[in-house]
Amino acid sequence: MHHPQVLRSQMRWECHGGQEESKQEQIYVGRSLMGPPTPFTLMPMPGVPITHTQQPYVTGTSVLGLIYEGGVLIAADTAGSYGSTTRFKSVERMKAVSNNTLLGASGEISDFQAITQLLDRLIVADAMWDDGNDLGPLDIHNYLTRVMYNRRNKFDPLWNTLILGGVKNGVKHLGSVSMIGVHYVDNHIATGFGIHLAQPIFREEWKENMTLEEGTRLLEKALLVLFYRDRSAINKIQVANVTEDGVHISQPYALKSEWNLEAFKNPTASAAGSW
Amino acid sequence: MFRNQYDTDVTTWSPAGRLHQVEYAMEAVKQGSAAIGLRSKTHVVLATVNKASSELSSYQKKLFKIDNHIGIAMAGLTADGRVLSRYMRSECVTHNFVYESPLPVGRLVVQVADKAQVCTQRSWKRPYGVGLLVAGLDETGPHLYQNCPSGNYFEFHAFAIGSRSQAAKTYLERKFESFMDCSKVELVRHALHAVKESLQEEELSSANCGVAIVGIGEPFVILDSKSLQAYIDSLEEGKNDQAAKLEVEEEGNAAVIERQDISGGAGVGVGAEGEGPTDMET
Repeated sequence: MHHPQVLRSQMRWECHGGQEESKQEQIYVGRSLMGPPTPFTLMPMPGVPITHTQQPYVTGTSVLGLIYEGGVLIAADTAGSYGSTTRFKSVERMKAVSNNTLLGASGEISDFQAITQLLDRLIVADAMWDDGNDLGPLDIHNYLTRVMYNRRNKFDPLWNTLILGGVKNGVKHLGSVSMIGVHYVDNHIATGFGIHLAQPIFREEWKENMTLEEGTRLLEKALLVLFYRDRSAINKIQVANVTEDGVHISQPYALKSEWNLEAFKNPTASAAGSW
Repeated sequence: MFRNQYDTDVTTWSPAGRLHQVEYAMEAVKQGSAAIGLRSKTHVVLATVNKASSELSSYQKKLFKIDNHIGIAMAGLTADGRVLSRYMRSECVTHNFVYESPLPVGRLVVQVADKAQVCTQRSWKRPYGVGLLVAGLDETGPHLYQNCPSGNYFEFHAFAIGSRSQAAKTYLERKFESFMDCSKVELVRHALHAVKESLQEEELSSANCGVAIVGIGEPFVILDSKSLQAYIDSLEEGKNDQAAKLEVEEEGNAAVIERQDISGGAGVGVGAEGEGPTDMET
């Protein structure tokens, strides 16, 4: 027997489009397409508590970063997933914040875009002082921590794990901020699945003063593992190089991957009951 | 200046295009005891003339630490100065909390100037009656600024405000070109000479003057009377070995501070606790 709320959710896309329909029926939607049931209100109503979006929609997967002799290298793929579907394949998940700092994000892409707009305003306001002082990666990292933590306190988080890397006055900085405001700095950083798949590789193989070559190869190695094992990852990556002189984000490129394995050739050969 | 019919309100212009109340506020600064500031490539020194209202009382506090890298000397209504320094400290602390780095002194000075300007354009307020000499560091090095009740701010190589400051200014004008390359000790000696000019007949001692120093790698400290007296003695007796001893001490202190410097940016000292003389400020 159809629960009336389930029926409504199936019509959700119609609801959003058809505003001519009576608002009464559309005020309260019971079940969303993804995740646990969370009610949300289209219109504030007396007695109904205001809630905010509690789940991400279009998400990016891992971002990886490491410090090398010339600065900071940060890499991410260009996929925007919509739940289990790889919906968008050319999403730039890394952005130059100023000429010596780069921001990379995993999680909700729209929140990442909001954050880059916020940082744009911050950087412009800082530049307008025009007094020889400017915000460095440490300043921006701490500022983002404050933003994320304050949003978390309002139960309205920006659903991202951010990676912030940069160089200023010869000091290299690489740090992370999570959606609840947890922040730290380290020589190598990863978000999402990268924490479990890439960080162990970094812990083994990262060393001080790696060259650009060595750093890029290490990142690519980790990204390849992620492509094999993280189903939200795609084989289209960008690597960003942040040095004292500037930020350079590469064009997207693919990694060489090996799929010619016996088990893949005939995947159902040993499956019981396949036809 | 004489009383006239346009000076009752700060929001009344005179026909000559002046705001008399603001000018009267600047007079209040000139009545206060002198404050002097001078800077080199690496340090800024502030010095004040400490005038006690009677033999029984202590003198008014005129040197305030705002943050590890910023300090002020004031002349005029020190009560207004206290309020402004509370505002400045709050701004520095907030900036540090949000950005984890020190507020550049130039930006703080502009914020104070804007705050002072508000009081020149509200009929229910009065201008602050205090002039500030702000010594601080930012990424481009050490700076010395003056904040006026009018809401103006200026940057200086060296300056003096308050009563009998003209004598000090004359000394500074003669000598300022050599300040840039001065060592810390030489700079303090110049400051004390300038204070001496303002004191005129009185003997210079640690009882009637105050000195504070901030520099690259060195947090703002107000010298205690012992260190201050040592500088004064080195001045008056012209003893080179005394100065050398001072310099060695200072090198030692500076080295310790630099080792404990954990700030990410270049040059701005986030100093070690307990270094140097006891600081009266928290």
